[in-house]
Amino acid sequence: MAVVAAPWRGAFASLRARAARIAEYVTTPVVPSDYLDMISPLRASADLRGRIEEVRPETPDAATLVIRPGDGWRGHVPGQYIRVGVDVDGVRQWRAYSLTSRTDRRDGRISVTVKAIPDGVVSNHLVRRVQPGTLIHLDQAKGDFTLPAPRPRKALFVTAGSGITPVMGMLRNAVDELADVVVLHSAPQARDVIFGGELRRFAERGQLRLVERHTDVEGMLDLAELDEIVADWTERETWACGPTGLLDAAEKQWADAGVPDRLHTERFRPTVVVTGEGGQVTFSKTDTTVDADGSTPLLDTGERAGVLMPSGCRMGICFGCVAPLRTGAVRDLRNGQITTAEPGDDVRIQTCVSAAAGTCDIDL
Amino acid sequence: MTAVISERPDVRPVPDPDDPTAHLTAEDIENIGKELDALREEIIASRGERDAAYIRRVIEAQRKLELGSRGVLLFSLFPPAWLLGTAGLSVAKILENMEIGHNIMHGQWDWMRDPKIHSTAWEWDNVSPSAQWKHSHNQIHHTYTNVIGKDNDLGYGIMRVSPDQRWYPFYLGQPLWNFVNACFFEFGIAAYDLELGKNLQRGRRDDPDFRRRAQQVLRKIRRQATKDYVVHPLLSGPSALHTLSANFTANLVRNLWTHSVIMCGHFPYGVDTFERSSIKGETRGQWYLRQMLGSANISGSPFMHLMTGNLSHQIEHHLFPDLPSNRYAEIAPKVRDLFERYQLNYVTGPLPKQVASAWRKIFLLSLPNDAAERVERAIDGFGPAKLLRGLARRVRLV
Repeated sequence: MAVVAAPWRGAFASLRARAARIAEYVTTPVVPSDYLDMISPLRASADLRGRIEEVRPETPDAATLVIRPGDGWRGHVPGQYIRVGVDVDGVRQWRAYSLTSRTDRRDGRISVTVKAIPDGVVSNHLVRRVQPGTLIHLDQAKGDFTLPAPRPRKALFVTAGSGITPVMGMLRNAVDELADVVVLHSAPQARDVIFGGELRRFAERGQLRLVERHTDVEGMLDLAELDEIVADWTERETWACGPTGLLDAAEKQWADAGVPDRLHTERFRPTVVVTGEGGQVTFSKTDTTVDADGSTPLLDTGERAGVLMPSGCRMGICFGCVAPLRTGAVRDLRNGQITTAEPGDDVRIQTCVSAAAGTCDIDL
Repeated sequence: MTAVISERPDVRPVPDPDDPTAHLTAEDIENIGKELDALREEIIASRGERDAAYIRRVIEAQRKLELGSRGVLLFSLFPPAWLLGTAGLSVAKILENMEIGHNIMHGQWDWMRDPKIHSTAWEWDNVSPSAQWKHSHNQIHHTYTNVIGKDNDLGYGIMRVSPDQRWYPFYLGQPLWNFVNACFFEFGIAAYDLELGKNLQRGRRDDPDFRRRAQQVLRKIRRQATKDYVVHPLLSGPSALHTLSANFTANLVRNLWTHSVIMCGHFPYGVDTFERSSIKGETRGQWYLRQMLGSANISGSPFMHLMTGNLSHQIEHHLFPDLPSNRYAEIAPKVRDLFERYQLNYVTGPLPKQVASAWRKIFLLSLPNDAAERVERAIDGFGPAKLLRGLARRVRLV
């Protein structure tokens, strides 16, 4: 090693390690952090959590959550998102939301802005029910839907609905570093524009050119109109975020114009896992993929495919067969209830009473 | 008291006074199953935030109680501190093993998707490693409840608790075995989960799987003993020996308590056992019926239910081992109503009565059946011997 640490520092570290080991002997079978979590859930060495300190309504169906992140928070780049784990009806649910806060807030707090989607379990909970003071679980910020350095000379943001949120994260932090900005945003009506007031103020001050498209009146944006709205769009570094239809159309449009590299997209996908009867089942650790019908327990499916499946009573009572469902959908054969998972959701299922309800990936 | 396989016609059979299910048709049994499935769905549909808050509250209270009690025991040189700390630690250990550990390891709280409160992650304050306990308890005992020769919980392999189990002279000592097992119950559980009796026989001792599991147990014993008998006493400085005795006492109290509660689950009078052949081709309804007849409750206050980890609702627990324990109390009246409508015997009673009932059986069954019958007649007068009534009882489940 090139750097020689001060000797006291090494001694201190080994002392700490020894103290930690003794602490483990004091608290076994639980770990010291289980006790510390009761007193100080936001300390640096804890699993990353945050406390919702403020819920600010933005539109009739969107709200901004101001969150005090744990001391382990490593900061973010504007445009990135975080995954939020929140208990809804007692069940831990994970969703990703774009960060909308300035990165240099003196109070160290961060914010995400959530739009309630119809039947959205988590979004409706966060927009309408969650109370300040609630502890939530967080992941570090992720994503490359960010502004490059140096900043582009001309920028275009094409957004719709909650697609404005990562863009707002960028604008709040860097609007002054961008010389020429156009924001083309679609929403049903003026009152549905998230951050409407702030965007219009940016426009009034001449910091950007704002084109609002109120689709209830003017209809959906057709990208063919782009030439009229932003004549020099092919010259602009563009960030697009919104529904899948808009992004697919944009990718085609930019490719057809011969400038696909100018377009950066962020796909927001509400958690809609296609469910049906049966599906393709992958056991990822053993790299085995088989087709399963909708009535065969995944335990049987796996065993028949030669996967070493943990098992027990085979009737749903002993939990000896529990395995992680990485992605996909399964149906509980006892009551038809569907369970879905996306990577990182930490969903575990009883394979002896679950059948495939779509493509799924089991971590065995 | 014993079930045997037989064809059950859809017409009512000639009632057999010794078969508690003789009056039920096959259709009745399947209807019982359907009613219980519906009850289960009802609870699952209403399971939510309230339940999640409950288990988190119990865990937090338990940890504060344990921390507080161990804090007080740092000064255990002073008798009031010893008493208070030991009492608190005993209660904390009981809560940890029963309402928290046992129920989490059953998967009762897996639905919350909290990786810390999950059957696959929980480790309990007991010398038996959770993985081994889950196998012998959740898988073997809960699946094969009260089936002679399949469910080792029937006497834990050291006792005879049903007249249908064969008598050996070894059982003459079973009141003593049971008392010793009660005092060191956590070690009894570990030995039981390891199937120590069977595995120590020649030829099995070197089985690599057994050796691996034995090592896991030894590691767990070492950690548990280091905590209670080395680290905490040392932290107490001049109170070291007093803390050591306090921790030993708390473990003893926890052992005696859990052993008593668990004895009440399947050993008291009125609980039925089943023959091995009776579960062949068992339907869902029949499985439910076996759980209903094979378990016994303890009546008492909400605090009593909490301290038993709601195993006082043993019948409800055996019907629905994966429903959150805090909901058993609300299910119980409905289950009891079902028993009454189908004229089945819902075995329940206060703790002292049930403990006495189980102990009485253990004393009597240490003798061969005919001698046990004579003793019971001598105690009870000339009425029919309760213990052996229905020795030849045939619970025809299939």
